[in-house]
Amino acid sequence: MSAGVELDHITVRFGQFTAVNDATLNIKGGEFFSFLGPSGCGKTTILRTVSGFLDPSQGSVRIGGRDMTGIGPNKRPTALIFQNLALFPLMTVAENITYGLRVRGVPKSERQRKAGELLNLIALPDQGKKLVSELSGGQKQRVAIARALAVEPQVLLLDEPLSALDLKLRQHMRNELRDIQRRVGITFIYITHDQGEALTMSDRIAVMSDGAIEQVADGRTIYDDPGTSFVASFVGENNPFAGKVTKADGEGAVVETAFGPLRGRNLKGLKSGDKAILFVRPESLRLGKAGKDTTFTSEVKNVAFEGNMTHLFLKGAAKKDISLTVGRHGGVKIPGQGAAAVICYDAELGLVLPEGKMARE
Amino acid sequence: MNSRFFVFLLPLVVIAVFWAMARGEAKLAHDPTRKSFFERNGTALGVVFILLVAFWTLFLVTLPYLYMAVESFHPKLTPLERGGPKDFLTIEQYKSFFVTPTDGTWNTTHMGAFLFSIIASVAVTALNFTICYPLAYYMAQAGTAQKVRLLMLGLIVPYWVNEILRAFALRLLLASRGLINQAIMGLGISDTPIDFLGNNTGLYVGLSYAYLLVMMFPLYNAIESLDKNQIEAARDLGAPWWRIHKDVVMPYAKPGIASGCTMVFMLSAGSLAAPQFLGGPRTLWFTSIVYDFFFQNFNWPHGAAYAFILLAACIAFVMLMLRLFKVSLGETIR
Amino acid sequence: MNSRTVIKVMIAFYIFLFFLYLFGPLFVMSVTAFNTPNYPQAYPFEGFTLDWFVKLWNDRAMMEGLRNSFIIGLGVVAISVPVGLAAAIIMNQIYHRARGIFYLVTVSPVLTPGVIIGISTVIFWKDMMGLTDVTKAVFYKGVILAILGQSSFVAAYCLLIIMARLQRFERDQEEAALDLGASYPQVFWHILLPFLKPAMISAAVIAFLSSFENYNTTTFAILADKTLVTVLAGQVRQGTTPALSALAVIIISISLVGAIIYEVMKRREEMAAMRAKERAKIAERSEIEPA
Repeated sequence: MSAGVELDHITVRFGQFTAVNDATLNIKGGEFFSFLGPSGCGKTTILRTVSGFLDPSQGSVRIGGRDMTGIGPNKRPTALIFQNLALFPLMTVAENITYGLRVRGVPKSERQRKAGELLNLIALPDQGKKLVSELSGGQKQRVAIARALAVEPQVLLLDEPLSALDLKLRQHMRNELRDIQRRVGITFIYITHDQGEALTMSDRIAVMSDGAIEQVADGRTIYDDPGTSFVASFVGENNPFAGKVTKADGEGAVVETAFGPLRGRNLKGLKSGDKAILFVRPESLRLGKAGKDTTFTSEVKNVAFEGNMTHLFLKGAAKKDISLTVGRHGGVKIPGQGAAAVICYDAELGLVLPEGKMARE
Repeated sequence: MNSRFFVFLLPLVVIAVFWAMARGEAKLAHDPTRKSFFERNGTALGVVFILLVAFWTLFLVTLPYLYMAVESFHPKLTPLERGGPKDFLTIEQYKSFFVTPTDGTWNTTHMGAFLFSIIASVAVTALNFTICYPLAYYMAQAGTAQKVRLLMLGLIVPYWVNEILRAFALRLLLASRGLINQAIMGLGISDTPIDFLGNNTGLYVGLSYAYLLVMMFPLYNAIESLDKNQIEAARDLGAPWWRIHKDVVMPYAKPGIASGCTMVFMLSAGSLAAPQFLGGPRTLWFTSIVYDFFFQNFNWPHGAAYAFILLAACIAFVMLMLRLFKVSLGETIR
Repeated sequence: MNSRTVIKVMIAFYIFLFFLYLFGPLFVMSVTAFNTPNYPQAYPFEGFTLDWFVKLWNDRAMMEGLRNSFIIGLGVVAISVPVGLAAAIIMNQIYHRARGIFYLVTVSPVLTPGVIIGISTVIFWKDMMGLTDVTKAVFYKGVILAILGQSSFVAAYCLLIIMARLQRFERDQEEAALDLGASYPQVFWHILLPFLKPAMISAAVIAFLSSFENYNTTTFAILADKTLVTVLAGQVRQGTTPALSALAVIIISISLVGAIIYEVMKRREEMAAMRAKERAKIAERSEIEPA
């Protein structure tokens, strides 16, 4: 059974500090939903509000349509997987997994059966008698998941659960998590600052910054059509070109930048004279000449050969370099350091957004 | 009788202030994660916790002290006289510390005993620090793990031999027929036994011996957490060994030093066993006077007043140590 | 000989002196327990005997004192450990400024000379229990006053020991249990208490030992009753007999055995932890390269 989660104008304040500011959101039942944002953006606060560890200063949380105001964490149909997992070190693996059943008064025989079932699910059969300290990082991870699933929650909340693992294991666990979610079919709410995790696993992602939700969309949209300059600069690599809109027509707009007029799509309906930033991703830029308003010239500062591709860093308008990725196809001649390079892109791969907050590098 | 019972009001006032303070602070720092005490522990457990702690802090700590304080401002009375017309408040007990009630002269005996106890305790504290510091440093920084374990074991065992038996052991050594005098006379250093107990050597050694480990453990704990690299760095910079201790180790170990010194001083000044069993016949230790008021004169108010003078001295010493070392009470007592 | 060796020899000599100071008197005393003369004498050793142990066993006052010491010790443990636990939990939960005052009140008995605690206990409880004839007859006893007086400062030791462990408790553990549906009392019994158990055991041991060997507070609070230590003190005051040395030998042996058991247990625990870590490492390796 899965339930949707609705956040209704949630605001959370700690003394003077506002951690979450008026967040409204509707997470559908059975969805794999991620909150993505830099540390301190309020995503963990939202998670703790949903799980019931803190009461919002304003607004309410509804789970499965039921208002959760005044209902404690132990009475909510949610289960949380902690960043450090918070397994009970003095209990065995099986005792950990069935703890939620024990406090619900489930008889021992039933608990043992359930433990066996869940140990099979997480591919740790017959390891129930082990102590938590005898497990590897990945095994601990799976035990934490099993422990949360044992109480058959309608919503599973995950607070950066993979951050303690090493890179290889982390990538493996992504698939495993996604797989488990599909099998049990309940709502997963996943907190992360790692965009790779969010993009690969989620049905939808909410990008957060400074306590506010910037954009809610599926991964492809977040990457291709970021809604704000923050999302554009936080998710993936991006080259910003700041300036003023000089021409806005139909789908596109032209921004007068330090490198001359440059064109991009205009999804936000900017008008001539608005302050704007044109974003073009490194893999969308290429060496060579194209049409008017999509070609510019800059000096090569650095060339980084990475085998399957080459990164070019060119002099930007501000401190930040323009970066450009050249794949290994065709006989593209890569200009050397100090040379002037002519660069172009397809106008539909440029995106013009209103000037706004950028992600910190 | 009645004058004694108003001490019960004071803790109530303190509790009220305490409660108001907690309330005020809760309102000031709004924190949505905060759960109330009863919410966090459950009502039943919360009540049990509070009752246990209230019993302790009120009936075992604050009220007895306050009650003793009130008692010390009363004259010595028979049970029948209590609550009667002779039961009035007086500072006679404190006055007698300075002035002998019978002839009105300065009470040099008691003041002298008090000063002697304090000065001797300070001396013992300094002595124990000197003895313990090198070993504490060695164990905490220089020794290998296995050696330290063995040394620790060697320290813990004698720690649990009680004060009386330790005093007794020293008496066997230091008595006129004791092993040391046997040795001295056997080697012909002296023809007559040296009176170690009469000249107070026994007392000093006894106090030092009894509280050696009380100094040892806080020092060791404090120095142990010091990063070895800091000492290495100081050595690399060419600091001589005494400067390393003065500028790096001791400032770092301040809380431990303060803790050890405070405890040794307090235990020495309040010691009963060592002065009773190792002090000379003419040596008058302050606690012995208090003891005699209780068990020979049955003058409890007088004893209570003197106990309070001792307590005041101890509090003053603790404050002085905290000031001197610029540490907080919380750092000192762990 | 270079300066390094000189320093090493000096350190060894110093440690030797330190432990000579620490153990010498105890050793000499132990020797007298097995020597025949009436006066505890280490040298000359006139003949081996166990008579002093027999005499000790037949000393009825001492045996009664021993019994009382046990009762008092257990009573002190029964009061101090729960009080210390409750105080540690409250200390951990109250606000910053109030914590300072609470701390001051709770550790003050540690900084108060035992004599004063003993006196105040007697003065206060004599009047409290004297309120009615019944309470006076039932409660106004040396053993009970000794338990109350000793608990006053022993509870503070327990508080400090338990609090040190409590400060290492991760709040996440509590939240995880809550999140799985546990009530707050269940969190206490299932998670917090097992976590604090080692500290509570050490606190109980320390409480019992502190009570057992206490003299300053007990000598006042014990009234007409006696404990092992007050009996001892009385005998030392009267004169010296090798029976006291025999008692010391027994106490030293018990603490020696206790210390060794403690050490062995600790080592075993460390070994178990190491083995668990080893197994975790093996599991880790097989995870990275699945067979």
